[in-house]
Amino acid sequence: MQAQYELLSQMAKSGQTLNVLQDFFVKFYQAFIVADRWQQYIKGVGTTLLVTAMALALGVVLGSVVAMIRVAHDQQKPHHRNPVLGIFNAVAKVYATIIRGTPMMVQLLIMSMVVFKSSREFTLVGALTLGINSGAYVSEIIRGGLMAVDPGQMEAGRSLGLNYMTTMLEIIIPQAIRSILPALGNEFIVLLKDTSLITVIGGKELLYAAQGIMNRTYEAMFPLLGIACIYLVLVMLLSWLLSKVERKLAQSDRR
Amino acid sequence: MIDVKNLKKDFNGLQVLRGVNLTINKGDCVVLVGPSGCGKSTFLRCLNHLEEPDGGEIIFNGKPVTDHDIDHVRQKMGMVFQHFNLFPHLTVKKNITLAPVRLGLMTQTEADKKAVELLERIGLADKADTYPNMLSGGQKQRIAIVRALAMNPDVLLFDEPTSALDPEMVGEVLELMKELARAGMTMVCVTHEMGFAREVANRIIFIDEGVVKVDKPPQEFFANPENERLKAFLSKVL
Repeated sequence: MQAQYELLSQMAKSGQTLNVLQDFFVKFYQAFIVADRWQQYIKGVGTTLLVTAMALALGVVLGSVVAMIRVAHDQQKPHHRNPVLGIFNAVAKVYATIIRGTPMMVQLLIMSMVVFKSSREFTLVGALTLGINSGAYVSEIIRGGLMAVDPGQMEAGRSLGLNYMTTMLEIIIPQAIRSILPALGNEFIVLLKDTSLITVIGGKELLYAAQGIMNRTYEAMFPLLGIACIYLVLVMLLSWLLSKVERKLAQSDRR
Repeated sequence: MIDVKNLKKDFNGLQVLRGVNLTINKGDCVVLVGPSGCGKSTFLRCLNHLEEPDGGEIIFNGKPVTDHDIDHVRQKMGMVFQHFNLFPHLTVKKNITLAPVRLGLMTQTEADKKAVELLERIGLADKADTYPNMLSGGQKQRIAIVRALAMNPDVLLFDEPTSALDPEMVGEVLELMKELARAGMTMVCVTHEMGFAREVANRIIFIDEGVVKVDKPPQEFFANPENERLKAFLSKVL
């Protein structure tokens, strides 16, 4: 195969025109096999998955905290508003507004060129930004799920003498998870694809690998189609996994 | 046991309770009646602070009810809701044992034993491990009553316990309530079941325009209603 490739690329260089198949072969070989380039894609996939996982963890933690603050604030009785909770709630609202009101690309650029100007950890900064961004959306998903539980459930829990926290943990959250999970799965998928954006700040994930190879070979089609396929496969795998989890949850829940 | 003094509540300027005074003694079975919107459910929900009163005082077992120790008050003041509000993600047994165990009043084994005893008493012991959605409305409500009883409350509040039930299931719930009343349980019920009121209550309270208008034993209450509004009310519901 290598001999074949060298022969054909010599022919191309000396000005001969290659037929469609030969052309296809040369470009494919260049994009994936020369100098073990496939390893760069594999590395890229690894980074993409790692960044997704880090952003996901951060997003879910941040989103849960923000959602809990906002729901707890909204469920206070009108005469007994806790001022500390009020401050937290205001911060949470500002956070959600800013993050959801500005483009992700701009956020990435601000984080890497303004906030962490001197950092060389581009991938890490990217993961952090994605996590903070995702948290805002996850908080709305979780908040919606918590609010969708019948208010009578909270009343029933509290009327038995359970405090707010225990009622939340034992009664409200287990019921909310069912409606949260599908939307959260969707958010995971969006997050996985959005990792490609960190290329603009130098995060070395899958798209970054493809761009590196494009710059070497002056050939865009194969690297780009290649990573498109890889993203597609990753997303399909993820949705399959999520649907399995959902089915499992539906099984254990005989309502 | 419960002393209510000048209780007031308004919703966005609409005065629902305009100074309710009422004393509930140990062993009382008090039935609250009145036209819809008169505030009887609101009154009941104010007793355990599910609604925050805007004025007045509630004394329970000699101590004023405040937000500060509301969880302790509620442990001793059980509540049964119109829509049962069983926890759909927990089995019947877990519904009953959750609060006593989480509050450290019983161990899981003790609570399980108590739950089975209570379920046997209402003839639903075989449902201990099923989920609430597998049950009929009447069964759900009886289990909701048992869930409140598992806390060994001093008083039970019933907020229209039979209003959401199919007619043929009302009887079994009322039967259980009668049994509790006969056993000396202190009860406060908001209900439209006049038969139940007549047979079981020792006091019937007519609430209208946000105050207690009539407070009489059932015979007198039905025999000679002096209050004009009560007459009009009774002529509609009897």
